[in-house]
Parts: sequence; C-alpha cells; structure tokens
Amino acid sequence: MLIYIIMILKINNENFEVDVDPATPLLWVIREQAGLTGTKFGCGIGQCGACTVQLDGVAIRSCLTPIQAVVDKEITTIEGIANDAELHTIQRAWIQEQVPQCGYCQSGQIMTAHALLAKTASPTDEEIDQAMSGNICRCGTYSRIKKGIKLAAEELAAKSIINTENNG
Amino acid sequence: MGKWTRRAFITTGVLTGGALVVGIAIRPGNRAGKVRDLIADEGDTVLNIWLKVNADNTITVVVPHAEMGQGVHTTLPMMLADEMDADWETITMLEAPGNEEYANYAMAKGFIMGPKDIPSMLIGTVDGFFLTATKQISLQMTGGSASVRFTGMLAMRVAGAAARAVLLEAASEEWEVAMEELVVKNSTISHPPSNRTEPFSSFVVKAANLAQPAKPRLKTTEEFNIMGTSPPRFDIPSKVDGTANFGIDVSLPNMKYAAIKASPVFGAKAKPLDAGAIKDMPGVHKIVKLEGAVAVIADGYWLAKKAINELPIEFDKSDNDTVGLNDIYEQYLRDMDAAISEGNEEKDVKKGNINKIFKEATNVIEAQYRVPYLAHATMEPMNCTALVKEDGCEIWVGSQNPLGFANSVAEVLNLDQEKVLIHNQYLGGGFGRRSVPDVAIQAALIAKEVDYPVKLIWSREEDIRQDHYREANISRFKASLTGEGKISAWNNQFLFKHDPEEAPHIPYSVDNQFIHYTNSETHIPWGYWRSVDSSMHAFFTESFMDELAFKANKDPYQFRREHLTNAPRYLKVLDLAAEKANWGETLPANWGRGISLHQSFGTIVAQVAEIEIVENSLKVHRVVCVADPGFAFHPDGFTAQMESGIVFGLTAALYGEITIENGAVKQSNFHDYQMLRMNENPKIETHIVTSDNWPGGAGEPSTPGIAPAVVNAIFNASGIRIRELPVKNHELKANAKILG
Repeated sequence: MLIYIIMILKINNENFEVDVDPATPLLWVIREQAGLTGTKFGCGIGQCGACTVQLDGVAIRSCLTPIQAVVDKEITTIEGIANDAELHTIQRAWIQEQVPQCGYCQSGQIMTAHALLAKTASPTDEEIDQAMSGNICRCGTYSRIKKGIKLAAEELAAKSIINTENNG
Repeated sequence: MGKWTRRAFITTGVLTGGALVVGIAIRPGNRAGKVRDLIADEGDTVLNIWLKVNADNTITVVVPHAEMGQGVHTTLPMMLADEMDADWETITMLEAPGNEEYANYAMAKGFIMGPKDIPSMLIGTVDGFFLTATKQISLQMTGGSASVRFTGMLAMRVAGAAARAVLLEAASEEWEVAMEELVVKNSTISHPPSNRTEPFSSFVVKAANLAQPAKPRLKTTEEFNIMGTSPPRFDIPSKVDGTANFGIDVSLPNMKYAAIKASPVFGAKAKPLDAGAIKDMPGVHKIVKLEGAVAVIADGYWLAKKAINELPIEFDKSDNDTVGLNDIYEQYLRDMDAAISEGNEEKDVKKGNINKIFKEATNVIEAQYRVPYLAHATMEPMNCTALVKEDGCEIWVGSQNPLGFANSVAEVLNLDQEKVLIHNQYLGGGFGRRSVPDVAIQAALIAKEVDYPVKLIWSREEDIRQDHYREANISRFKASLTGEGKISAWNNQFLFKHDPEEAPHIPYSVDNQFIHYTNSETHIPWGYWRSVDSSMHAFFTESFMDELAFKANKDPYQFRREHLTNAPRYLKVLDLAAEKANWGETLPANWGRGISLHQSFGTIVAQVAEIEIVENSLKVHRVVCVADPGFAFHPDGFTAQMESGIVFGLTAALYGEITIENGAVKQSNFHDYQMLRMNENPKIETHIVTSDNWPGGAGEPSTPGIAPAVVNAIFNASGIRIRELPVKNHELKANAKILG
C-alpha cells in the first residue's frame, strides 16, 4: 500500500494539510480537499484558463500544476482576492459592467485580470488581449471583460492617487 | 393590520412548515398538495403559483426556468413585479423545484385562473396562451429562447396582474372605499382621500380568499415601470466571488468521484473487463460497467481518471467502425438524389410552379453548401451527482430540463418519477446540451452500485466525443433571375428538419418556391444546438442570396431590399443595419462588408460584418447587429445575448468542425476544437428595434446570421465564395477575385 506524504499547502493565507498523490494537480486539491469550488475544471490540458489561480502572484493553470511543485508557495484563488468587508475592485467592476453570463469561466478570467493589473496598471487593448487570450469564455463576454478590466484599472489608479495623497 | 392573528392566518390558508415557499393560491380545500410540503414556509400567504408575498412585505417570485447566463432569473421576476406594481428592491427569486406537480398544466392554469370556469369569450386567448405556455412549463424546459416569450408573457405578467387585482380588491373591502380611489405603488396600496397607506402584506390574507380575475388587465408598454429597464442581474454577484454553485460544485457528506469512458463509436457495447490493473490502487473503490461505458469510483476525480486511463477498456465491433465524415456526406447526396428521382421529397414550402419558370429561364444559378457536425463544448463539462437509495434517488445537476431528467432517471432505476428529486444548480453553459439526460442516467446507474453519493464528471475529451451534435448538413439551391434581377424561382433541398419550423424559409417575395428535405440516417446522436436548424439555414439561404445579388449585378443590401416587398418589419431592421454599418462607404484595401437577415424564435436580426484579410488570415473587425424582438424586457441583458450569440456563431463559422473517423469523433479538446478568444473578438454594436409584435427570444436569434455576414464579407473583400464551413479550411487571399 502506497503511503502519501502529508503536504501543507498555503491557500489564501490558510494552511491546508493534504495527503494525496503528490502528482495530483493543484486544481483538484483546491476543489476537493480545500473545498474551494470557485476555481473550475474546464479542459485539463491548460487550454481554457477556467482553473487559473495565482502562485506568488503569477497566474497559472492549476489543472496542470502538480501539488508537489507548489509547496511553500502562496496560492491565491478567487475566494482570496476580496477583503473580508468588500469585494476586490475588479470584482466590483465585473458587477458594474454586468460581465458574467453563465459565469463558469469568470473566476479564471478575474484571476488572470488580477495578475495583469498587478503588473500593468493601465493596460492597452493589445496588452489586455495578450494577457486574456488564454481564457476561453463560451458565452462570449469578451467585450465586457475588457470593459471590466479598464474600469478596474481606472478605479485602482484613482485609489492609488488617494492613497498617495493621504500618505504624502 | 392587527386584526389578522396568527391563527387567522393559518385558518385562512397560510402555509406552515418547511424551508421554502412557493406561491400557491390557498383557499378552502386548497390544492397545494405536495408542492406545499416541498416549499412552504411559516408566516407567509401565497397568492398563486408564481409568487409569494412574505409577512415582511418582501415578494418571492418563483421562476420555472434554469439560469444559464441568459438572465432569466432576473427578467422573469421583473415582468411579474411590474404588473404587480411591486417594489423591485424587495423582490427575490426562487427557482422552481423539479417537481411534476409544480409544472402541471392544469395546476398552472387553475392557480392563475382560479376555480371558476373560464368565460367563453376568453377561451380563445386564455386557453391559447396557457396551452402554449405549458408546452414549456409542463416540461420545465429552458430552451427555444422561450422563457420571456411564453413563461414571462403568459404566466409571470398574468400572475403579477392577478395578484395586484386581488390585493386592490382586498384593500377596497377592508377600507370600504371604491377601488378607483386606490393607488398601487412600490408594494403599497394608498387611499389618498383618507391619507392611508399600507403595505401589500396587510391585505394578503384577505386577498388569498378572493377569486382571482380570469383575465387581469395587463399594462400597456407606456405603463411599464420595470419592464424595459436593465436592473443588475441577481445571479452576477455570486459569479464574481466564486460562490455560485454549479452542478460540478456540489459537495455531500461521504461523496466520492467517478470518471467514465464511453464507447468512442456511438452505440457500441463495452467488452468484459480485466480490473487487474487498478484493483490495488489506493483510493480506488469500484469499477462499474455500464452497457456502453465503464466508470471508476475513487476518492478524488483525478484519481478516478488516472485509474480509468490504466484500464484496458475495449468495446465490441460495430457496423459503424469504418464510417467517416466523407462517407456521411456521400450518403447524404445519394439520399438527396434518390429523393428527387423517386419523387418522395418531404415538402416544406410549395408555391407557384418552379418547373415552368426554370424551363423558360435564361439566368439559372445553382449552388451547394455544406456544414459539419458541431459540439456544444459548454465551459462546464457534463457532470452529475447522484445518491441512490432503495426507495428513491436524489440528483444534483445543472439541467435545462429537470423533469425530463427525473423521468429518465426514474425509468432506468425502475422508480416512480416522484421518487426522483432533482436539485437543479447553475448551468455552466447550456446551449441545448443540458437538455439531454445522458449524464444523469449514467450517474444514477453508477451510484446505484454503492451506498454513498457519487459525483460523475466527464473529461473534456468525453464531453467533446459523447455529445449530441448539431448535424452535418448539405443544402442545394437552384434559382432563376429575371432580366430585372428579380428572383423568379427558388428551389432548395436539404436534409432533416427540426426547429424552428421556419428556419429554411425566406422572407423575400419569390412567387415560385419549392423547399424540401430528405432524411438520411446516421449513427451520430443529434441534439439541440443554439438556434438549432437556423444555425445552418441562415448560412445557406443568406449566402445564396448574396450569390444571386452578384449574378444580378446588384448590391447585396439593395438586392435584399428589392425582395422585401411584403415584409416591412424585416425591411426596417435591414435598413437600420445598413445605416449603422455605413453600408456603401469605401473601406480600406483588403477589407470587406457582408450583410445577412434572418428571423428565428420570433426575433428578426440583421447583421453587417466588417472584415479584413491579412496575408492568409481573417480578422473580423466589427459586427453591427440590429434586432427586432418586439420588445426587449431587459435591454442590457438582450444586448448581452446578442453579443453572446454572435461570438458563439462566429466561433462555429470560423473554427467549428467535428469530424468523424472510424465511426468516432476525431476532436477531443480545445486544442483541436478551437474556440474564439479575446484577441479575435470583434467589436459588436447592437441596436434594438421595438415593434408591437409578440416578444421574440434573446438567447438564440443572433447566432444564425453571423456566418453568412462573414462569408459574404469575405466574398466582398476577395471574391472568394465560401460554401463549406468552417472558414479555417479555406485559403484566403486578399483580392483573389475568384468571383462566383
């Protein structure tokens, strides 16, 4: 009988003990062991982006990432980007623009957009296309996703001005 | 209203007990039956089947349709709330449980109409609309772009208006004032002369004992307060923070996971199995052999999938093992030819005498078009969770047809249908796919073998290869043109006919028409696919119209106009599309414009696509979409559906192709069944035309017209006429000028 080594994964600043095959993709551990079902299974081969989470702030495909590769890393899922009190600016922008339809791909879209805006505060259309083209939306909400990203970028910029003023 | 004690509430028929409530008219000898037990809550009075006025004056609206992104959980309550003059801010939505009694035609009718006989003068309208509505309601189907058109118009609005009427009557009795002196607004009733205002909840008990009006007056468009506005959708907040529960997200105590592999050649049976390879795998619990598939149950999905991949699963030989897509196309053509030579075509439209016209015509044009099979590829792969006990079964699934699912599961488990309880979840895409109960049947049969709940998840490969497909089809045309460039005869033959009935029909004035079809049986399973038959016929007819325009030496827009002599609604939509798209203005080199016009599900849509051919590839820059749905009840949601339908149709037009090799589907995942992505997404501009017609659908009508608009634009830019989809199979060259 095979005995799995117990591993500790840090997801949304919380430690989870898991004792599954170390080759198990992170996606299934997030969903089945950690019980965080916002991260979705779409294709299993890194083609659709529904399973996107962040690893130390970088958007990755959790369906292809074995958990043994993510021990000691900060894993962030859709459940981990809001503050306790309020949604993240990107999530609010998504509501403002009424982006989702069926909504299944949107966790992945938001996690990819979140990583994009962390790196590029004010992305151009081309930069948005570049960053987002790995995430499929079968309902075709692309134009609203783009609007959502732009709105979030504006609001984040406004926030940072306020913060700068407050700190200055 | 201190007068109504708790006790009075109960004796007058207020529902008690249970966790949820659904609206049911309660009166002596109430007929709430099983539904009451399922959904009753304490302290609430229920006026009829679609709504409940709660003790705190909030209102719950019950929607018998699944939410799959089309916004129906918001739009239908809007229709009810507006007729009721309810306060939108206090409305909540409840999806109807998959219960036969809930969806019963007589009950729906009875609860809205009350116990009285319908006055004979109303039978035409009332029965007409109930019969139409319950075609949908009795099945609780979500599809056919029908929710607003039927349930909304026939149940929601009528229920809201009926509730308003009885509340008004109750207030009038209570206050002993004339109804004409009362004002209903924001879930309150006021009597201005005596300066009194009370919430609806003050009158609900009295109202519940009044007979509801047989035919409540519905608002005119001018009186709408909520209909025609775009409040935020109820389902969206949960879809941005990961809390929305889709079928795949269900979690139950002691639940295990199953992976499955079904026969790649449809219909073949699984051979006896050697379980040796995985018998000792830790965490693997059971192998379940179904007739045409094998499943493995394990502690986790990935483990189940790993185990099934290691099993040496084989299937019996079948007569279809050598069938390829080209064989199917050849069979189609043989059957089409045979139907003509034997004179046994299925007649669809027959007008005038095409043979006489063709005999005398000098300008006869023929063309043949072809489309491949298409899979749905919903973002959420098929899945279903089942718990089977001796005396019943519970199913957790996202379904477009919960009662149909219950029925199918009951049948395979040999249970009464009422012993199957469906817990419907959000659908991660439907597009017609989630009306087929195959995955629920499998889940039930697998779960039957164990005493714990099992979540069956299809791999994407299984999802693509075990679909019920939009069929491959061929359409052949022959038409003649007069010297003035008018179509004098139109002959069209294609295969199969499903819905909508008018999909192959043209709005153009052509005196002589023969539209006919032939059946040609294959082993590939067929299924409803967004816009169904229109998904191909718009491509066929609107491409051919473009070819005729070219042969008539006319502008494609003007050519269509000239043939819309008897269709002012179509003309208006077409004209606006041309205007908004700057039709006729010069485009840069290698750019082209194409136009299309098609009605489906009651909505007329014209589209103009603007494309560019860059080297050997295509860029769709812009799509102007003009739609006449009669009235858009939630304009932003309607616009979102137009955008969605266009992207869906464009994906199919550019890339969509399921091919058959050795009897099985060749494609398997998104690398070989390609989807449109953000960098390819055109700018879509939607304009809504309002008319006085019965409302049309939103979810499907924009899908059909994008393929012909794009191929017509390609012709405009390059002279290359694409008669076989998808576009990706064609070599494109700017200014190739192959013309015709």
